[in-house]
Amino acid sequence: MPIQDYKDLNEMHLDVLRELGNIGSGNAASSLAGMLAKAVDISVPKIQILDYNEVSDALGGPENMIVGLLLSLSGDVEGMLMFLLQKDFAHLILNTLLGEELNDFEDIDEMGISAIKEVSNIMTASYVNAIAEMTGLTINISVPDICIDMAGAILSVPAIHYANISDKIIFIEDEFRSDSDRAVSDILMIPDVDSLQKIMTNLGIEI
Amino acid sequence: MSVITIGISDQNVAKGEDVLVTYALGSCVGICLYDPIVKVAGLSHIMLPTNTGVTDPKGQMRFADTAIPMLIRRMESLGASKPRLKAKIAGGAQMFPAVTNASIANIGQRNVAAVKAVLAQLRIPILAEDTGKDYGRTQHFYAKDGVMRITSAKKGEWIW
Repeated sequence: MPIQDYKDLNEMHLDVLRELGNIGSGNAASSLAGMLAKAVDISVPKIQILDYNEVSDALGGPENMIVGLLLSLSGDVEGMLMFLLQKDFAHLILNTLLGEELNDFEDIDEMGISAIKEVSNIMTASYVNAIAEMTGLTINISVPDICIDMAGAILSVPAIHYANISDKIIFIEDEFRSDSDRAVSDILMIPDVDSLQKIMTNLGIEI
Repeated sequence: MSVITIGISDQNVAKGEDVLVTYALGSCVGICLYDPIVKVAGLSHIMLPTNTGVTDPKGQMRFADTAIPMLIRRMESLGASKPRLKAKIAGGAQMFPAVTNASIANIGQRNVAAVKAVLAQLRIPILAEDTGKDYGRTQHFYAKDGVMRITSAKKGEWIW
């Protein structure tokens, strides 16, 4: 039975996606560790099929200020990828690469924005490359668009994009941590329904 | 006094001292309707301009063209009268500057245009609007006086 809606995914499908997230984030963590010259840990990815409202709660509440980077996926897999950095993670990047303290998001300058974009670019590319390699699919990613604002407002963008497909949204969420300080960021990979099908088929999974 | 939270693609009504709030509107639009005589307030948080055939009530709240008439019916059941309704709207921002994806390009702007068209068709005047630009907004709407308060983490606070 073809997948029509994210609700149609069963436990096995979710396990497959979790594993893809695992591999992608492992790769992304190594490139982050290389860039920052620091150890980076990842936790087991969470796969969640959520209502939009639950998603912003999972990110610290709708009004929590975060950095959001939006990339579109094209090629064999279409969809969106969002890289979301909590403030402590943005601080980690700026502090390690530029020696700057981040007290307030208002204070990030051009240089800081560009450092964050660069790190995100490399991390998301390694994430997607690992998944492309494993599935044998061609996945291109666009350069990231950046937005620093309330989590709810940033998430309205993928929510709207997928609103006509489902009232649920699938989030493959990976958490990266570095230093003894908790510095958390998440990658949300949101493949279109057709692309999910292709991923499953290419991995030999019966739909 | 109770605070009633409205999620994305959701709506509710209030009277008396109650406050309606919707957090972190991005490209979505929050539509506040008010009947100043009976002091009945309604708030609808829509995501998209036009319903393409969704018939379940939860789904209809997602679209400007089906959500607004639905909100009016709910307000009427609390004693509001459609000819007395006034609107205040907020949201419809463009969160990411260079989005090339057709389904979300200018979606904020298209949402605002759709909301205005629906309100015009229903002959509901818009008393205030805080729309567009590039930042998220939290919207409070007070049933006691029909005041809309907008807060933005980046830009401050406005009373409309």
